[in-house]
Amino acid sequence: MIYLELFWAFFKIGLFSIGGGYAALPLIQEQIVDKYHWITPEVYADVITISQMTPGPIAINSATFVGVKVGGPLGAVVATLAFILPSVIIISIIGYLYYKYRKLSVLKSVLTGLRPAVVGLIASAGISIIILSFWKSGQVSLNLGDINIFSVIVFASSLFVMRKYKSNPILIMSIAGLAGGFFYSIIGR
Amino acid sequence: MKRDLKLYIKLFIASFQLSAFTFGGGYVMISLMRKKFVDKFEWLDENEMLDFTVIAQSSPGAIAINASILIGYRVAGILGAATTILATVLPPFIIIYIISFGYSALENNMIFQGMLRGMQAGVAAVLCDVVIGMAKSVLKNKLIISMSIMLSAFIAATFFNVNVIYIIIVGIFLGSLLYTEKTVYKGEK
Repeated sequence: MIYLELFWAFFKIGLFSIGGGYAALPLIQEQIVDKYHWITPEVYADVITISQMTPGPIAINSATFVGVKVGGPLGAVVATLAFILPSVIIISIIGYLYYKYRKLSVLKSVLTGLRPAVVGLIASAGISIIILSFWKSGQVSLNLGDINIFSVIVFASSLFVMRKYKSNPILIMSIAGLAGGFFYSIIGR
Repeated sequence: MKRDLKLYIKLFIASFQLSAFTFGGGYVMISLMRKKFVDKFEWLDENEMLDFTVIAQSSPGAIAINASILIGYRVAGILGAATTILATVLPPFIIIYIISFGYSALENNMIFQGMLRGMQAGVAAVLCDVVIGMAKSVLKNKLIISMSIMLSAFIAATFFNVNVIYIIIVGIFLGSLLYTEKTVYKGEK
């Protein structure tokens, strides 16, 4: 029963992928490539590439992709639902506890300590996206030729407009995307 | 807040848009959520958003899905959570479903690649903008502990690639040890 297998594999992925994003990659590979052989390692590499080019969590992308390949539209739905299910259960419990106990002084202290840590973590994610965006190789280099001037200009002007006019970030990203499509189709590389 | 059809539609559209523009991982989604749900709609406050981030990050599953469950529940109960889950899953599901039938064409398409580079620079700017806002609110309280935790988390994640889970565990310890009633009160403001 392929749907049961799909469900079980992605339920496990949902349950054990802690730390988000790329932390889940080895786990997904173990299940869908090594254990069930639903897709080859080459296709899995493609799935990762596609995930970088499209919005959404990589685990959802993999679930949909593998689900379609293995069990058609229903397979995609089953795999995606299976991945979300552990989140729904666990987050509901934690969310309930959060609202029940957040006035307790111990939990208040813990949360007050974690908030600045989260800001630091988001800043760190920001830095890695800036590096990915400014340097084509993903490696920081001081050589001017390695820096993607177009990305730097888009970054600087987007940030300026957002700080100054509090513009809608989705509008900014759409304009940045259109500018990119226009610019790269003109220079043609 | 009145839980009428209008609220659910607003919640659905907002979450769908955010998910469709989440290029580059869970923290991007968190940043977009903050802009929309905290700054624009004022459905939750800054501290709640940071707490949601901590919970979403340290629970199994995708950060974006976990955070959307918490926000949906907070804004409109269980039905609200169902709304945000569906709205968050649909964009990647639809996109990957279509792409799974023929993705090689996109890989070599110049305009598509250009749009991605532009969007990536835009995403980096959005993250920066959000981090500046969040860091300001952490620094506002002039607590040395908060500043040090923020800075250490940033350095540990950026330069030493320390697993996020360890950073959160250390944050929990420091929070419960270092914050007294008085400082917590100050940090809450």
